[in-house]
Amino acid sequence: MNRKTVIKVRELVKKFGSFVANDKLSFDVYEGEIFGFLGANGAGKTTAIRILTGLLEPTSGEVMVAGFDACRQPEEIKKNIGYMCQKFSLYEDLTIRENIMLYGGIYGLDRKTIKERTERLLDKLRFREYGDRLISALPLGLKQKLAFSVAVFHEPRIVFLDEPTGGVDPLTRRQFWEMIYETASAGITVFVTTHYMDEAEYCDRISIMSDGRIVALDTPSELKRKYDARSVEDVFVKIARPGMKHSQETVAINGLG
Amino acid sequence: MKRFLGFVRKEFIHIFRDVRTLVIIFGIPAIMIILFGYVVSTDLKDASLAFLDLSKDDVTSELIERTCSSDFFRKTADLSGYHDVDRVLRSGKAKVVIVFGENFGRNLESGKNASLSIIADGSEPNTAALVSAYANAIISGFSQLSVPAGQASIPVIVPEVRMFYNPSLKSQFMFVPGVITMVLTLICALMTSITLTREKEFGTMEVLLVSPLKPVQIILGKVTPYFFLSIVNVVTILVLSRLVFGLPVKGSLILLLAESMLYIFLSLSIGILISAVAKTMQQAIFISLVGMMLPTVLLSGFIFPIENMPKIYDWVSSVVLPPRYFIVIIKNIMIKGTGFAHVCKETLILILMTVIMMGLAVRKFSIRLQ
Repeated sequence: MNRKTVIKVRELVKKFGSFVANDKLSFDVYEGEIFGFLGANGAGKTTAIRILTGLLEPTSGEVMVAGFDACRQPEEIKKNIGYMCQKFSLYEDLTIRENIMLYGGIYGLDRKTIKERTERLLDKLRFREYGDRLISALPLGLKQKLAFSVAVFHEPRIVFLDEPTGGVDPLTRRQFWEMIYETASAGITVFVTTHYMDEAEYCDRISIMSDGRIVALDTPSELKRKYDARSVEDVFVKIARPGMKHSQETVAINGLG
Repeated sequence: MKRFLGFVRKEFIHIFRDVRTLVIIFGIPAIMIILFGYVVSTDLKDASLAFLDLSKDDVTSELIERTCSSDFFRKTADLSGYHDVDRVLRSGKAKVVIVFGENFGRNLESGKNASLSIIADGSEPNTAALVSAYANAIISGFSQLSVPAGQASIPVIVPEVRMFYNPSLKSQFMFVPGVITMVLTLICALMTSITLTREKEFGTMEVLLVSPLKPVQIILGKVTPYFFLSIVNVVTILVLSRLVFGLPVKGSLILLLAESMLYIFLSLSIGILISAVAKTMQQAIFISLVGMMLPTVLLSGFIFPIENMPKIYDWVSSVVLPPRYFIVIIKNIMIKGTGFAHVCKETLILILMTVIMMGLAVRKFSIRLQ
């Protein structure tokens, strides 16, 4: 593949005391692709995302995100990424416009740009009449779509989505993935974790983590062929299960995700 | 800087859009002033009083008139004999009974022992002590006027120390410094810790930390509005106490505000520290209320004098309780009108505490990010 690499991870190790949360991770993510990051709870996904987003420092290894070193230039990385977590992340007591204005401002966009993009976004989502309503008055599905739009509002190079569709109905999930596709086709790399295996099928490539290690990384169809499975779910069960018991124990002991 | 200002603006929106927050920030100072000023007032007003006058002469009738003409007492009964005393006190018709013995006036004039007793309803000890002290004061005031020196047979009241700075014996004067301290502790420590843990609980803190905002900017952005609102509150309380109770600031207003800002910084640091320790809003509220508010009310000398506490409390509160120094500072500036020289020691202690607390808060906060 001769596409541009936007995330480059080599031999990434993260230890908490004697517990190894990430054990020699190595992978590349290419520009404009949808990269699925799967794994059972406690397999080390969250730790890896925190390192990639500059929240945690790796113990050792090389991590380059958007061309910047995660150890030395986390501030530069932060300017070039968007982030949306499972916990809903907009302010309930602010209106849609105010939320957008806030995040746009935090990412250093000027007022005029924010205004223009806000109007475009409200039109696109057919949210126009909701613009000055408080977020708390919106149904969860709309909130989630909005949170995603805000995460990519400053047009980052990569957007990290940490279980973005938790608790959302199937129809909204469907629409949500349409938005993800649109974002990816606009050149923004999407790095997404999910527990829904049908969603994993939508990804360009997926990696599966178990016990702090990446045990599989390929396109969904290639993985299915390799493991002789009908769906990604089958693949996941086949390779993630052996470690699941162990990983859940370590979670119980260390309380780390 | 622009990022930061946008963030501060958002915090103001949070505050002004949440009715509960608004009530706490603007309602509580006013309520406390009125509560302590009128309701919990330790001043005496219109206390019911009964007389048993066994002498019925000019002196006793003048004394009775004198006592009743003050705002402190209201005559509710004239008794005919000792058997009535118990009845009026029991029925609550009177809180205190003044008994003039037989031949009171004549004995007084001839320098003999004129018998006068003050019988108070001891089931409410505080009121009883207060009522009898006031009655005592009025009567001994009279005895000094009408009786030549050396002949006074009626006990002369020993004036309370606080009369010196509070000549009209207004208890509000003593409460205002305490209320300022409480309000600042409440807003700075409690509200700051709540607003920071709320971001944590709602998951927005994570998004903020991933954003280009630096952790320091996030904390400052969260506390800046509370800093300004606290200053507004100090001014409001001063204006209220001036308008409602006529309490002036005797010392330098600028010094008072500067000291308030110092205390605000200190309380904000404590609030940040609490938020770094607490995982949920409930925890933050609990720690702030039990760890800060209760001691501020009970142990800082606001209601109960520190001198009367067991020594161990004194030691403990001198180490861990910043409000006690702040109360001393405002009392000195507001009521005694002293200058910086007299609050220098307390100010230095507060500065030291602020430095320690800020250091701890920053350290705790950065550890949490790891």
